[in-house]
Amino acid sequence: MHEMSIAMAVVCQVEEAAREHAAVGVEAVTLRVGELAGVVPEALRFSFGLACEGTVLDGAELVTEHVPGLARCASCAREWATGMPPRLCCEQCGDSRTELLSGRELQIAGVRWVHDPRHALALEEL
Amino acid sequence: MCRLTDLRQAVLERNDSRAERLRTELAARGTVAVNLLSSPGSGKTALLEAELRLARERGLPAAALTADLATENDARRLARSGVPVKQVLTDGLCHLEAEMLAGHLAGWLPKNTRLLFVENVGNLVCPASYDLGESLRVVLASVTEGEDKPLKYPTAFGLAQLVVVTKQDLAQAAGFDREAFLANVRQVNPGVEVLETSARTGLNLGTLLERALSVGEGAAVHRPVMARQAREHAPGDSHAHAEPHAHSGPHPHAEPHPHAEPHAHVQG
Ligand SMILES: Nc1nc2c(ncn2[C@@H]2O[C@H](COP(=O)(O)OP(=O)(O)O)[C@@H](O)[C@H]2O)c(=O)[nH]1
Ligand SMILES: [Mg+2]
Ligand SMILES: [Zn+2]
Repeated sequence: MHEMSIAMAVVCQVEEAAREHAAVGVEAVTLRVGELAGVVPEALRFSFGLACEGTVLDGAELVTEHVPGLARCASCAREWATGMPPRLCCEQCGDSRTELLSGRELQIAGVRWVHDPRHALALEEL
Repeated sequence: MCRLTDLRQAVLERNDSRAERLRTELAARGTVAVNLLSSPGSGKTALLEAELRLARERGLPAAALTADLATENDARRLARSGVPVKQVLTDGLCHLEAEMLAGHLAGWLPKNTRLLFVENVGNLVCPASYDLGESLRVVLASVTEGEDKPLKYPTAFGLAQLVVVTKQDLAQAAGFDREAFLANVRQVNPGVEVLETSARTGLNLGTLLERALSVGEGAAVHRPVMARQAREHAPGDSHAHAEPHAHSGPHPHAEPHPHAEPHAHVQG
């Protein structure tokens, strides 16, 4: 299950950034996951929880933003939603010079940091 | 105090840049790497055995690295061809990554190797996301696996630079609908070449070698639609965070990875 490797890559990258931001905790990590990225968000969420344990991300929430697959035909300029499994051949002219406009994203979009441990505790108590 | 940081970073950036570096290193020494992906039992080892034997007969310096979860049987089979073979036991990890491959090649891959075949872990999901620094990615399916295989595993088939349909000697018995399979391949990867083989009858034996050799000679390689979007560099992305390899230095590819950390792998 490569979702675990992906979750660990996310944790690794956020840990690095946490040092730069002098953060003491992470409240949430937002990931952009393309429809054609080959990743199952549910499996990723599960792995993410495990990968965070014992790191500065412990307890962090994973927020995923779905990015739909979008294609454009280079010869007739038609644009369409690829769907899944994707239709990557132009149905209007049968041309295969298709450009993929979106759908392969697998990126960290943003992180919500916790900077003050006392504040983090106060939040927990709320 | 909570603060939100816009941290645009591709999750697989580290693997992608390691793969790019390995591709450059291999190219510099005249080696073409071929990454073979399929479900378990599609016939990767059988096809490789035959192609390697042919390479050996033709005096073509080839080598093979085979990854398996636990057993060494494939390496034993491949070694019968007489070319250098290395077995990698992934210990449960479902795919190879570029850094792992680079580590296994170091000190093993003979200098004069022109073709390096990598038999990936039998799995059509995970290996598809990991570039290994190959110059030709081959995805295989046998005629007994059904015509909708490309639709069930669109990432694997969508990123293939060559699709091989194996066990053609069984096509009739299996009632394989060739046209339906080809239409499904075309849906997810228009323009990719589909090669039909049989390790039993020798159908199209040698074609894989030829394709790999011509890639080494600089022939244009198919660029799948799915690979035509830069996965991580959407317009407007900031690269404020350190890039894994800077292109500013005089020897950008000779430097060790600036962020190299022991890369833990999940087992089990
Ligand atoms: N009939 C037939 N059987 C094949 C062919 N290629 C492989 N096989 C058989 O399929 C099984 C799996 O093949 P193998 O090469 O180990 O698949 P891998 O797991 O993808 O490496 C073995 O029993 C092979 O003998 C072929 O072209 N025709
Ligand atoms: Mg095998
Ligand atoms: Zn069109």
